[in-house]
Formats: sequence, C-alpha cells, structure tokens
Amino acid sequence: MYKNKLRSLDIAFIFLGGLILLFIISPLLGMFLSTTPIQLFETSKDPEVLKSIWLTLRVSFLGTVFFAIGAIPLSYFLARSNFKLKKLINGIIDIPIVIPHSAAGIAILGFISRDSVLGKIASSVGLNFVGHPVGIALAMAFVSIPFLINAARDGFENVPVKLEKTALNLGASPVRVFFSISLPLAWKNILSGLVMMFARGLSEFGAVVIVAYHPMITPVMIYERFGSFGLKYARPISVLFILVCLIFFILLRALTKEKEHRNA
Amino acid sequence: MLELKNISVKLGEFQLRNINLQLEKGDYYVLLGKSGVGKTVLLEIVAGLIKHGTGQVILNNEDITKYKIQNRKVGIVFQDYSIFPHLNVWQNILFPVKKRKISKKCKEELVKKYAELTNISHLLNRNPQNLSGGELQRVALARTLITEPICLLLDEPLASLDVQLKGGLRNLLRRINQKGVTILHVTHDYEEAIALSNKVAVIHEGEIIQKGLTKEVFKRPVNEFVANFTGIKNFFIAESLSENTAKINGKVQIKVSNKDDLQKGKIIIRGEEIILSNNKIESSATNNFKGTIIQIIPYLTNYEVIVDIGIDLTVVISEESLTKFEFKEGSGVWAAFKSSAIKLIP
Repeated sequence: MYKNKLRSLDIAFIFLGGLILLFIISPLLGMFLSTTPIQLFETSKDPEVLKSIWLTLRVSFLGTVFFAIGAIPLSYFLARSNFKLKKLINGIIDIPIVIPHSAAGIAILGFISRDSVLGKIASSVGLNFVGHPVGIALAMAFVSIPFLINAARDGFENVPVKLEKTALNLGASPVRVFFSISLPLAWKNILSGLVMMFARGLSEFGAVVIVAYHPMITPVMIYERFGSFGLKYARPISVLFILVCLIFFILLRALTKEKEHRNA
Repeated sequence: MLELKNISVKLGEFQLRNINLQLEKGDYYVLLGKSGVGKTVLLEIVAGLIKHGTGQVILNNEDITKYKIQNRKVGIVFQDYSIFPHLNVWQNILFPVKKRKISKKCKEELVKKYAELTNISHLLNRNPQNLSGGELQRVALARTLITEPICLLLDEPLASLDVQLKGGLRNLLRRINQKGVTILHVTHDYEEAIALSNKVAVIHEGEIIQKGLTKEVFKRPVNEFVANFTGIKNFFIAESLSENTAKINGKVQIKVSNKDDLQKGKIIIRGEEIILSNNKIESSATNNFKGTIIQIIPYLTNYEVIVDIGIDLTVVISEESLTKFEFKEGSGVWAAFKSSAIKLIP
C-alpha cells in the first residue's frame, strides 16, 4: 500500500520536475538547432566577436580576482565574528542580487562618472572609467560579488573553530592559521564562489550596458546585433558565447573536483 | 609549575567556582568529574582558548592569564583529536615546527622522533581520514609533544577508544609522563585516575570537592559523591548512638566494634564481606538485616547485588552463589556482616 503510494508520488514528481527541465533545455536546444555549423564557423572568425568574447572573459576574470582580495577576508570576518550589525551587513551584501541590474548600472555610473570622487581621482591620472574596461569590471563585480562572499562565508563557517584554535595552540600565528588551515579547508566553497562570480560577471548585461556600451562585451553585442539585424544574426554569437562559457564552466568545475579528490 | 588561582567562570548553564590547583613538575594530575561539569572549559582556560571569567593561570611563576594562545607553551590534546583533515600525518606532526628557524633535516628528525615515541612511524604518509580513533589520538599527541610544552593538557584522551586501544594509550601516556612531561588530564573515569595519576582532584557542580594524592583521595573520600565517583561502594556517614551501636545515613542502626572511636564519621563496608542468604542464619555476624534485592549487576568475575535495607547496600557475590541461592531482583533476602567489616575513614 505504502509502496504503491510512494510510486505514484514519485511519478508525479518526476513528471513535474521533467517539465521544469524541459523548460530550461528547450529554448537553449532550440537556439542550438536553429544555428547551422556554417553560421557558427563564420561567427567564430568574426574579429569583432572574438575581440568581444576575449574582453568579456578577461574583464570578468580580472574583476573576480581583484575583488576576491577583499571579499575573502570580509567573508572570513563575517563567518567568525558576532556583532550587532552582522545581519544588516549580510543583508547589504545581498542587495545587488535583488535590485534591477539596470538600476545597479545607474548606481555604478554615478559612482564612477567624472563628477564623483572616484571619477575625479581617475581623471587626475588621465582615466575615465565610463566606457572603459575598468568600469565594466566594476559593474560586473557589483552584481556578482554576493555570490563569492556568500559561498566563502559558508565555507569558513564550515571550518571548525577548534581546528584554528588547535593551530594557535601549536604555536602558529593568526596569519598562518588563516592561510594554512582556514583558507585550504574553505577552499572548495571559495572556488565555487569564484566560479559563480566569474560566470555571473560574464553574463551581465543590464549594469554593464549603462556604464559602457563600448568597448562591447558579448552580452551587449548580442543585444546590439539583435536590435540592428534581428534574431537570425544574434543567434550564432549567442550560441558561440554559451559554448565558450560552458567550456570555462566545465574546466573550472573539473579543477574543483580534482582539488576535492586530492584532499580526500 | 602550573598553578590555577581562584578560577571562576560562567558559561551558559554551568559554572566553575574558585578552582585552585597546583601542579608540580613531573606530576600526572587527573581532574575527575562527570561529563558536562566544566572540566574541558578549565583546560581551555589554561590553554587560553577561553578568556572569560576571573582568576589567574600561573606557569613557571609567570602569570600567563592574559597571554595569547600561541604564546602559552601549554599543549592541549582534544577528545575529538582535532587533526587537520587536509594534511597527512607527517604534515600534521610537522605543522608546529614547520616555520621554525631550524634546518629541514632537524625538522624531519623531530617528526620521526615523536612519531616513534607515539608508535606511528608506519602511518606517516597516511591521510587522517584513513586512521582509527587510537591512531588519530597518537597523531594528536605527537603533534603536541613536538612543541615541547611545559605542561600537557589532555581532554578525555581515552574516552572514545575501545578497551584494547585504551591499554596501549595508557602505557604511552605513562611513558610520556615518565619522560618528565607534566600532565593535566581530565576524565570522568576513575580507573584512568588510578592507573595514571599521582594526584587527583574531584570536581562536582563547578567546584573542586576533594584533591590530593590519588592514593589518599581514593582511600579517604570526603563525601558520598567522591566515594561513589571513585568506585567505592557502601560509603556512609555514621553517628555513634552508644558504645557499640551507630546509625548510618540517619536511617539504619548497626553494631560497631567498641574499639572503634566513632563519634560522627565516614565508614565503608566492604561489599565482599557482606553475606547474603535467603533465610536468617546464625553466625558470628552481629549485623543482620532483612531487605529486598533492587538490582543485580553482572561484572566480569562476579555480581554486584544492590539490597535495600533502609539504605542501599552493595554486596559482591560469585556467579556460583547467585545460581545456588537463586537470588532475583525484587525478592527478599538477608544481609549479614561482622562489625569488623566496617572500616572507619579517618
């Protein structure tokens, strides 16, 4: 009786779950199937497209690495400290996820425009972040950094405090404890957060398009091709960019797995 | 050597009050108490892991109460071993000396020396995930000993091990102590205290209720809690009524030998010297009580029978007697003992 019930429940869940999977796969598959290999090949030779993909990868990667320098210590601090405003700070970190990304772009633009303090400092050394890869990196980082901070904080929270205290008792300095115990043990989560931040940066459109239409990152280029030439021209570049992103994603996942394996 | 002065701390539900302990160099000091009374907290205070509360920790005449954890020169080994899971055994033991300004060869020799002392030389390339509890405990010991601590703090080091491993580790702890390492060891197991320590302190409800040389504490428990906790059965408070009668625990009247100068004091009646029978028997025993068997507890070589005679009396009998007299829980029984079976605790 119980077995039969469980079976029908399983079937219902599989059916509902299958619909959701289909919803995710169908549009992507449709796009891939509507793109001929020749179109894909032609697009992959387009120097503008290649330049744009390279720019997107590079800016997102460098932005991720640069911001990780501050984000990882912040995550550790949040994981280990208890203070009154901790919940507020955790909430603030999640703000970029919940606000419209175009609004985030407007906020960043205000932050880096020539009238702002940062803009003035940049101007004094002959830089203008608006329409500059640095501006793009800032916009990407703004919307994607919560993924890194949250993952790293979870990772540090999972490291038993006792291991850190043991290391201190064995004579290690707090700096050494952080680099030799806390960081390696939380590394799996941190790496996953870095991958997520990088991937989220790559796919950002709303915030970046407001800060820098040019130089053109790939999501902006897809939008531009769609607006100017239509679906047919936007599709191959979309497929190509998705493929590149997937390759990176799989490579980074494999790296994470290898690290896990070595730690086991 | 190590001195704890008036340590008081309140953490959550329990608290420690006015803990005073003094360890001499070479002591093996066992702090005995039930689980959850704050024994571990006390070790963590000594190691600087907890910095709440009041009092002082003095090590070699130096007040280390406010010292950072890494500057205290006391090594702590936790009950759950606290082995770094991402490092293999070699790297775990090497950890404390890795950044020391000595040659690589010296470091390697140190690791080998302590691995040999703790009998884990064959495990050096293994990962902690593949080690047993006993092996992990030895790794933790080697890793702490390599720091050459002035005092070694052990938190229930044998609690998670099975009987076979316990014996081996006890020998190791004894050997470490014989090499001159002063040890403060907390446990709930009085047998560990007997087997290892030269001094013992019993902690109950946040206070030390008795401390001193192990032999003395076990011979002369100050109250029933200490007696029970140190494995002594039939510990009672007796009050003299007349020349040769006394009342124990204010409930049961017994005959005592008139040579005993008993006014009001503590007595122990050895369980092996109490005779059980189904009917009252004529004998030279002056104390005969009818009671009810509450519980029969089997041990390796004999049985403990708890008899209610107004107070709970623990009687030790052989399996042969148990079978022969068919003693059962809930059945009536006679308990008899001579007045000479009563030992007065000075």
